[in-house]
Amino acid sequence: MKLIKTLSILAIVVVVSAFSVNSKASTGYEVGDIATDFKLKNIDGKIVSLADYNEAKGFIVIFTCNTCPYAVQYEDRIIALDKKYAPKGYPVIAIQPNDPDVQPGDSMEAMKARAVSKGFTFPYLMDEGQKIYPQYGANKTPHVYILEKTNKGNIVKYIGAIDDNYKDASAVNVKYAENTVDALLAGNEVQETTTRAIGCSIKVKKSN
Amino acid sequence: MKHTLALFVLLLVSCKTDKKTDTAQTDDIKTETSTNNDVKLEIHDFNGLEPYLTRTDDKIYVVNFWATWCAPCIKELPHFEALNANYKGENVEVILVSLDFPHQFETKLKPYIKEHDLKSKILVLDDVDMNTWIPKVDENWDGAIPVTIIYNKDKRKFYDQTFTYDVLENELKQFLK
Repeated sequence: MKLIKTLSILAIVVVVSAFSVNSKASTGYEVGDIATDFKLKNIDGKIVSLADYNEAKGFIVIFTCNTCPYAVQYEDRIIALDKKYAPKGYPVIAIQPNDPDVQPGDSMEAMKARAVSKGFTFPYLMDEGQKIYPQYGANKTPHVYILEKTNKGNIVKYIGAIDDNYKDASAVNVKYAENTVDALLAGNEVQETTTRAIGCSIKVKKSN
Repeated sequence: MKHTLALFVLLLVSCKTDKKTDTAQTDDIKTETSTNNDVKLEIHDFNGLEPYLTRTDDKIYVVNFWATWCAPCIKELPHFEALNANYKGENVEVILVSLDFPHQFETKLKPYIKEHDLKSKILVLDDVDMNTWIPKVDENWDGAIPVTIIYNKDKRKFYDQTFTYDVLENELKQFLK
């Protein structure tokens, strides 16, 4: 009887902790934190780090993928962001966080194909081993982190969505990402530092 | 005793398996071409949806935010349907709030509703200003789906997780007490 009691308590503890793990924990960076650099493989086979960008003033890091309909809606706008801001010192760095075993449409081959057909002007990196997105705290695609390069490191200045209308680029009222970079370039305070949007959950590697 | 142990092991295993298959699915949704003339969608912006999240009658409302493109949502949807069927007589109403894309209402959402013969009340939220309405649904919601709210006029709980039927039913029972 005692054993049953112990077991049931144990089971409850295990079940409860299993669910707390399952629920999307709100870890990761907040605005003001220093973001980690990384060494991730690009679609051209080269390894890319933020440290490679000597001339950059900062970065528009976007966790995105091939397969999420929201990410697809934003592809053209991500390209436009890079074209506009890379010359000004804020290149787009796209990171694909899904596990390709779980989401075959996000394999390196598929990423290459998508980048070619859309004409991506920026690196499209595979988060191999899924080590980077959890450190940033990304939990969906697309999920934007805008970093400012300083002596102390790359400081997170903005977390959230690209703009306020996923459906129609021409009907956007507030361009969150652009406003952030414009403010940083002008040396002004970023007005809106975090925003929320619906997105696709990141597909995690099977546990065994 | 052996049985109890076996039951717990089973419980744990089923939990884990659930989680695995959750992530094992893809967001790819097959294109369907059936005719959907008999499926009518009730489409709201957030102002239109808000009253459904703030009712003050004697019912318990179970509100699930989902979309046909969201694999974990589709996986747990039958549990909400079952809950709706099993607790209909107990003043419980399940509301499924779809976040599907308007351009897929005809090609994805309506065929899905028809094919799975969904009986729960279905509302469609079409409001692009997510940064405004997401925190109004719940301050802790970051925008990933599925999420669920269970509420009545006295009590409200927000769930940023996926459900098995048992866990969902258990949560509902906290409100039925």
